[in-house]
Amino acid sequence: MSLVKPAMRGLLAKRLRFHLPIAFGLSLVAAAGFKYTVTEPRKQAYADFYKRYDSMKEFSAMREAGVFESVRPTGK
Amino acid sequence: MVSQCQQPKKAMQHLTARRVAGLLSRRGVAAFSSSGVKMASHGHGGVTEQTDMSVPLYWDRLDTPLPDRPYKDTLSDADKSLKQKEKGPWNSLSKEEKLALYRLTFNETYAEMKKPTGEWKTVLGGIFFFIGFTGLVVLWQRYYVYPPHPRTLDDEWQAMQVKRMLDMRVNPVEGFSAKWDYEKGQWK
Repeated sequence: MSLVKPAMRGLLAKRLRFHLPIAFGLSLVAAAGFKYTVTEPRKQAYADFYKRYDSMKEFSAMREAGVFESVRPTGK
Repeated sequence: MVSQCQQPKKAMQHLTARRVAGLLSRRGVAAFSSSGVKMASHGHGGVTEQTDMSVPLYWDRLDTPLPDRPYKDTLSDADKSLKQKEKGPWNSLSKEEKLALYRLTFNETYAEMKKPTGEWKTVLGGIFFFIGFTGLVVLWQRYYVYPPHPRTLDDEWQAMQVKRMLDMRVNPVEGFSAKWDYEKGQWK
């Protein structure tokens, strides 16, 4: 009985045909996952923070705590 | 010298065993270390037997199945007649004859070569032993080598440092200061 001749050519092409769509798909999934679990919440967190941010109030608080060198706390 | 050619893998195992014996000698296993000393002072004038690499060699290797020469190359008369019989139809060979022919050409079967050696237990034991020994060395270092801590690692200094970071509003959006409740003066 004679054996079937094995595939001698196109092995890489066959592998790529199978694996490249998977690779692209997984990359897109990873990117989408990162976007919606990390970047969107982070953008929202920054938006929320600055919505209610009073920079003068924060500045005064920091000044009173004494962390600045250009302005002293109001007591001094 | 022929036996050396035939069993390089066994020699490797002996080397491993000797190295392990060198480790075990720490525990005072005198038998191993003394036999090692005896072998070193054999008195051949320092010349050890080496395999003659200029002739075809035999080996038992999983990854290279067909050695350059058969295992037994000096055949007895019975072996020679068996080899003659091998030139005929193989159906006429009995099972024992086939096995005898295999053993003429090969030393160990694949099953025998793949036999587990239990070497991993020695390796793992040696690893744990030396990790433990290293732990003792590190402990000794902690008490006899390291200088005293810098004052910046004291608890009070660290507390002052945290307070200053909060006062400066370090990472107020998502990070450090975001976790501090400034109204209540405590961590969220």
